Order: sequence, then structure tokens, then C-alpha cells
Amino acid sequence: MATVMKLVHRNALTSLMGQHCLSFSSAAAHRAAGVRAAQAFPGKVKIVEVGPRDGLQNEKTLVPTEAKIKLINMLSESGLSVIEATSFVSPKWVPQMADQVEVMKGISRKPGVTYQVLTPNLQGFQAAVKAGAPEVAIFGAASELFSKKNINCSVDESLQRFDEVMKAAKEAGVPVRGYVSCVVGCPYEGKVAPEKVAHVAKRLYSMGCYEISLGDTIGVGTPGSMTKMLEAVIKEVPVSALAVHCHDTYGQALANILVALQMGISVVDSSVAGLGGCPYAQGASGNVSTEDVVYMLHGLGIQTGVDLSKLMDAGSFICRTLNRKTSSKVAQAACKL
Amino acid sequence: MGNVPTTVKHCLSYEQLIEDYPWLRRWLQEDKTITGHAYPEFVKIVEVGPRDGLQNEKEIVPTGVKIQLIDMLSGTGLSVIEATSFVSSKWVPQMADHTDVLRGIQRASNVQYPVLTPNLQGFQDAVAAGATEVAVFGSASETFSKKNINCSVDESMLRFEEVINAAKKRQIPVRGYVSCALGCPHEGHIEPSKVAEVAKRLYEMGCYEISLGDTIGIGTPGSMLKMLQRVMKDVPINALAVHCHDTYGQALPNILTALQMGVSVVDSAVAGLGGCPYAQGSSGNVSTEDVLYMLHGMGIETGVNIAKVIEAGSFICSALSRKTNSKVAQARSTACCDASL
Repeated sequence: MATVMKLVHRNALTSLMGQHCLSFSSAAAHRAAGVRAAQAFPGKVKIVEVGPRDGLQNEKTLVPTEAKIKLINMLSESGLSVIEATSFVSPKWVPQMADQVEVMKGISRKPGVTYQVLTPNLQGFQAAVKAGAPEVAIFGAASELFSKKNINCSVDESLQRFDEVMKAAKEAGVPVRGYVSCVVGCPYEGKVAPEKVAHVAKRLYSMGCYEISLGDTIGVGTPGSMTKMLEAVIKEVPVSALAVHCHDTYGQALANILVALQMGISVVDSSVAGLGGCPYAQGASGNVSTEDVVYMLHGLGIQTGVDLSKLMDAGSFICRTLNRKTSSKVAQAACKL
Repeated sequence: MGNVPTTVKHCLSYEQLIEDYPWLRRWLQEDKTITGHAYPEFVKIVEVGPRDGLQNEKEIVPTGVKIQLIDMLSGTGLSVIEATSFVSSKWVPQMADHTDVLRGIQRASNVQYPVLTPNLQGFQDAVAAGATEVAVFGSASETFSKKNINCSVDESMLRFEEVINAAKKRQIPVRGYVSCALGCPHEGHIEPSKVAEVAKRLYEMGCYEISLGDTIGIGTPGSMLKMLQRVMKDVPINALAVHCHDTYGQALPNILTALQMGVSVVDSAVAGLGGCPYAQGSSGNVSTEDVLYMLHGMGIETGVNIAKVIEAGSFICSALSRKTNSKVAQARSTACCDASL
């Protein structure tokens, strides 16, 4: 402490010591709690906008290609730096993404914006690269049952498939983002062990994914389960390589994102207008709204680079196209005040 | 200097030092992510649906339905249910049946049923109707006070002083509310010091608890933190509650922030009853079900049975012919499998 005393102005230190080091009353302890609560946030957060893919994929209405392209272009203008544009999955399984090539070729690519696409296997990857995709994403699951029901193979088998994609991506110099779904709960298995999530995240990271997005697929997580899961994953994967993908099905998304930020996470996935309901709870909400996330982050003084009003314009456009109300509370309130 | 002795670390001057000089934290290699917040073990929920909720619903609800709602809520484990308001029926027609409601409910022995009493007349009527706890509503915004109750903040405090003095004589506890704690629909930004000033006055006059209300739901964890830090200097933390609106979807993160600061009383409304009178069609009160889901998921006790609250919410939404605002209730009613934890 002697070295510190030399560096810090003595009067300031004395007055601080005089004021604060007198007692350990509960008021003082609560003040300390306030100090701790205030200290924990990153200065900047990167938003990964998943509306055009994850959002639209879970909407019933089939959206015309031009509308998808316009949505992505509007999002590009709002300051977002990463936009998940489409998915190179078989149109037999996901008709909404059948126009994947036209979308990739039709969008106006803004410099500084990365346009990711989903590639479930090597064939999808090859088609994506051919269509000009600069970055791809692969999806693993932390739940065996979910993996079997969703993509008809075990978690290990899915990771082997992705190995092929990873090798091809490395050769082509294409970055790969990894997703882990069911990180807090599974519609079939119920609770998911944090260690299992950590195991899958670690595998994807070791395979070469530059970032791992941890998804609360059915939105059942709370700050309690979120914290436990993140503690386990952070032991295996550097926090700077982690993102959270929270669903708002139980209204917990923003609270979960808040604790993730306090644990050092600085990448958040969200969907404009909260596009994309929950396929496991008809009529319930799915993705958290980008507008609501940005509102919270800006209120915390955290930079995102996003212009909220341009974002709301994009949300408003896609909701008109889909003939549905926005799921974003910020958008609802802002247009009614 | 990487190993600062624990005795020094626990000294609050050390905490203040690293807050004022962030470079010190890095230099002392203390720059680690703080994951462990101390949360309260128990949170008291103050259920405001039957009053604050219904007051902001367009449809006039029959007295019998109000009584049934309160009776259902009494069976959920909630310990405080704001039953009605003794305000002039000219201003708030929804609460015109205040006496009938208070007399008609079946009071559970371990439940308090506070009622709003804006002035001495209202207080006397409330006592005559059997009220055993009352509440007064101040505002941190002068303009809001003038537009809402037609007098300045100071004038309103004089009115409340009469109520509180009369309540003291009868040993009736009084809860104080401060509205516009995080923003005002007319003034915009509200200084935390103003919120603290009003909260302190209500507390010193004799209110046992002060509920800080984000009336237009505009607050975020950033503004909640600053406001609470300031108010806590003047009012003990265990006498504070938060009343968050979900108009901008920020209620749960704001409540979480308050819990991290040591607040352990949270106001909410079953089914998220009560829209926002300042943003037509937008939501207002945060849903009790969604708050409970979060608290229970964090291992925080509330004594409340969430399934029974969902039932009460379902009942009142049927009666109002409206959908619930609670995401938990929506998900539970449509989930193909009960995967909630």
C-alpha cells in the first residue's frame, strides 16, 4: 500500500479513509453492494442480428425474397456489424430459407458488416461459399434428445459432421461461428447440466469456431441457471469468445443478458422486432427483440454502434410485411407515446 | 502488490479507491469479473393488480369479480395485496366500489390489504370500511404532481402528513409511493436527488416503506442503479421497494439490479394488469408471474405459489376478455411440454 500512497494524492486518500473506513454498518455494506453492482459492464457490446435467419425461419408466413433483401439492407444501415442473412439448409426442411442463394446475391453488402449464414453440413457450406458467403455458422446442441429430434443424430455425430465443415472452412479461410442450443433447458430432457454445455462449447471452440453462441432455446433460463451455466463454460472457453442467445419465452431474456454482461460476455444475439416465435410453445415469443436489448445497453452507457430509430424502422417494415405486431416493447411504446 | 491483504480489501476505503481510480484495479491485478452478487434470501411481493392494475384497465370490472380476484390471490401465498383505492369515484370510476370490495373480501390472516388514501377524507372512509393499512402517493416530478393530483409536491406532502398523523393515532401502518422515480412523461429526466428528497420526506413523516415507481417504464439498469445509490443515502435499504413498469421491456433487469443493490420488496401485478396511460396500448405493470419465475429460478424465496397466481391471472383475464401480459402464463398455457425449470 506504501507505493499506492505515493501515487495517490494524500489529501484525497485521507478524506476518503476518514469518511468511509469508520464503521461496517449494514448501510455501508449496502453501499459496497452498490459499488459492486456498478462495476461489472463491458464498454462495448457487439449485437449479432439473427432476425433475417433465426427470426424469419420461425415465422409461419413465407416472406418474398425482395422483402428479405430489403430487411437486410435496412438492418445494414442501422449500424449493426453482424447480420445472420440466411441458411444453407435443404428447402425441404426449411422452406422459408429456400431462396438462400438469391438473398445472398441480392443484398447490398455494407463494408464493415459481416453477413453470416448457417451451414448444417459440407454440402450447405459449399453452396454457401459459392453464393459468396464470407462467414458461416454451425449449430450443436447440449442435449442428446434435442440433437436426435432436431437433426436426427447424436451430439457426437453432429460434431463429426461439423468437423468436415471446419476443415473446408479453414482451407477456404472462412471464419466459423458455433452455436450451442438448449444451454439451460431442453423441451425433451428438461434441465441440462452446465458441464455438458461446457463440453460441447469447448469442442466447437477447439475445432476452430472463433465464437460460441450459447442459446437458451426455449427461454426457460433465469439469472440463476444462466450464471451457473456460464460459470461452467467460462472455465473451458475464454469469455471473449462467448456470446449469449436468449429467448424471451418466459420474459427472462433481458435479465439473463444482464447477468451475462456482468460475467464478462460482450456479444449478444437478438432479433429485430423479436421475430421468430417459439416452436415449442405455440403463440409464445421466441427471440429477444434487438430494440429492447439496444435500449437496455444504451441506458447502461454501453456502446453498440446501433441507431435505435433506424433499427425500429427495419422492424416496422418487416412487421408490416408479415402483417404482425412487433414483439418489441420499445417499438410498441415508442410509436404510441 | 498483486496480493492485497484481505483486511485491506474489505475496508470500504479500498472499494472507494478502486472505484475512483480504475487503473489501480488493473495495476493491483484485481481486475476480475464479478460474478457473485449477494441476493436477498427472501423477497416480499406486493401485489398491486386489484388496485393499480385494474385502475388502468378500460373495462369496469364488477365488484363480485374484484372480490373473487382478491380472494384467489389471498390463497397464493402473497402477503400483501393492494385491494382498492379510496379516491373520489369522479376521478377513478373503477374504484367507486371501494367500500363494497373491502367489506366483501375474505381476509386471510397472514395477508395485509393496503388501500390507497390520497387525503384525510379518503383515509377516514377507508378506516370506516375496515382498512388496516393505507398508502399515499407522492411524486418526484412537480409537473406530474400538478397534472395528476392538481397540486405541487410540497402541497401533496402536507396532505399526506395529515393522513399519516391520523394513521399514527390509530396505529395504522402507511406505505409511501414515489412516482416518476426514473423519468416523467412531462419533464423527462428526473434527478435522483429529487427522488431521494421525496422518499426521505415520506419516510421521516412515518411511512414504513417507500416504493419507488418507474411510472412510465423508461428506466434501465443504468438509471435504476444511479437512483437507488442516491436514495439509499437517505432511506435505509430495508425500507425500500421497487415498482417497475414494463413499458420498454426493462422491468425484470431493473428489478434484478435493485435486488443486487439489496432491495428485497418488489411490486408487481398479476397478469401484468394495467396498461400505460402515457403510451396507449403499451404494457404497464410488470407481471407477478414473470417476477416469481425469475426469483424462484435464482433460489430466492417468496412464499408464493406461481401456479395459483397464474390461475388468478387467467380468471381476471377471462373476466376482462383480454390476453395476459405475463410471458410465463402465455408459455405455460401453450407449451407442448412443461420444460420450465
